[in-house]
Amino acid sequence: MIFFLQLMVTGLVVGSMYALVALGFVLIYKSSRVINFAQGELVLVGAYVCLILTATYRVPFLLAFAITMAVAILLGLAIERLFLRPMIGEPVLSIIMLTIGLSSLLKGLVEFIWGTETRVYPPIFPSKPVEFGGIVVSQVYLWSFILSAIFLVIFSLFFKFTKSGIAMRAAADDEDAALSMGISIKKIYGMAWAIAALVAGVGGIIIGNINGVNVSLSAIGLNVFPVVILGGLDSIPGAIVGGLVIGILENLAGGYLDPFFGGGVKEIFPFLILVLVLMVKPYGLFGLERIERV
Amino acid sequence: MLVLNNIEVVYNKVILVLKGMSIRVPDGKIIALLGANGAGKTTTLKAISGLLKSEDGEVTDGSIEYNGTRIDTKDAEAIVRMGIFQVLEGRRVFEHLTIEENLQAGAITRKDRQGIKHDIKMVYGYFPRLMDLRNRVAGYISGGEQQMLAIGRALMAKPRLMLLDEPSLGLAPLLVREIFEIIRRINAEENVSILLVEQNARAALSIAEYVYIMENGHVGLDGSTEEMAHNPDVREFYLGLSKLGKRKSFKDVKHYKRRKRWL
Repeated sequence: MIFFLQLMVTGLVVGSMYALVALGFVLIYKSSRVINFAQGELVLVGAYVCLILTATYRVPFLLAFAITMAVAILLGLAIERLFLRPMIGEPVLSIIMLTIGLSSLLKGLVEFIWGTETRVYPPIFPSKPVEFGGIVVSQVYLWSFILSAIFLVIFSLFFKFTKSGIAMRAAADDEDAALSMGISIKKIYGMAWAIAALVAGVGGIIIGNINGVNVSLSAIGLNVFPVVILGGLDSIPGAIVGGLVIGILENLAGGYLDPFFGGGVKEIFPFLILVLVLMVKPYGLFGLERIERV
Repeated sequence: MLVLNNIEVVYNKVILVLKGMSIRVPDGKIIALLGANGAGKTTTLKAISGLLKSEDGEVTDGSIEYNGTRIDTKDAEAIVRMGIFQVLEGRRVFEHLTIEENLQAGAITRKDRQGIKHDIKMVYGYFPRLMDLRNRVAGYISGGEQQMLAIGRALMAKPRLMLLDEPSLGLAPLLVREIFEIIRRINAEENVSILLVEQNARAALSIAEYVYIMENGHVGLDGSTEEMAHNPDVREFYLGLSKLGKRKSFKDVKHYKRRKRWL
């Protein structure tokens, strides 16, 4: 039982981080129908920026965190302005190819600037684990979860209640109608990329604190696919639920099945779910099926 | 006052849609723009509201002026901020947003929170049915309710000039009458000028003061509603009435195309 709960907790933490990264992915897809293959690299950049600030320049963690957030937002805006905006009106497939190029470019830049060896964050959270009724949770995990949860709540409220949030959802629904309302589509795209880079950066800091940082961190971009397919490509609540479900399931599967297969189940399991979901419910749990009045 | 002066609109740099189109919409009036399919009515509206640019269309000649300022070079957002709001053909509500969120989306260019709250109430005043549906998702309400929402959403931007593109599209006659009555009230009570594009000439003539009839990308005929309602060509081609003022019988339909007198 303890083993089960332990796996659940780990899954929840990893899942909340998936949810965060998937949120950015969903936003870009929702606003522009573009599948962003560079989401994992945005995670990577966020993780490295914060790492360099805290480890090399000895900036206090909170300040480093804030700076990383600012850098991520700027990076998102810059990518949109430099690479995506000239592509407005081009076929979506070309833009998706562009994001693949972008992912290689970012990854290359990171290797070029910061090298390839695994580095770890200086210990930020106390190493003494916290105990909840027999389940031991390390503080890094606890804080990671809290951090992800805060960001997820903030963005959920943002989309529901703020003007910009409503504008983003409106533009995702009907671009021409949004335009006729005086909503600037370029601003919406810019915002989508800025938020995507921001949540990816936060995700990167979290995962970096747990596992350490090297270039292979960008593989998380791939792990996001099962999450968004499960939740529905264009659903924000879907990203959150999908993230948590995938996180928990992959940990449970890893914990219970690894002994039979000699390891590796954890890595495969999300993609098994991906295949199953596509076969059974291709829109995902919360994906918007087109509303058609008959 | 909105003045279109001899404008020419070209799509994709080759397709000439409007040629020498001129109309004027004085403040506080309802002006109707009638014409057959493909005459260029919607293009005219999009030229005014700046939505042509996203469709690869361009005003290549002539000028569009609103209260003395040229607006044909401005983008859609700036034009909305100047007080011109186009209600697109086919309702185009945000289907996955609730009614109230749709209304808020209409007010996106405004900053005054109190005013927005007040105007949401005002819209519910014009359309009490929307009030009952406020938290419903807009994709699942009826066509008439969606048209009401589309007009209400336009009101949220506090426009001085509303461009309505076929508000009667796909609605039952009774609903058309209701919607047109509200358009008339909005014009009178909120002092919003209206440029109304319609296929339903009878309904349009019932509220408009002045009528332009378009043909092949320019105005073929124009005049006050009174004049137009008595013009034999308009009566025959747009209202389906014979000379005696009776509904035309299919027995009498001429099988050759009658030459229109203004061409």
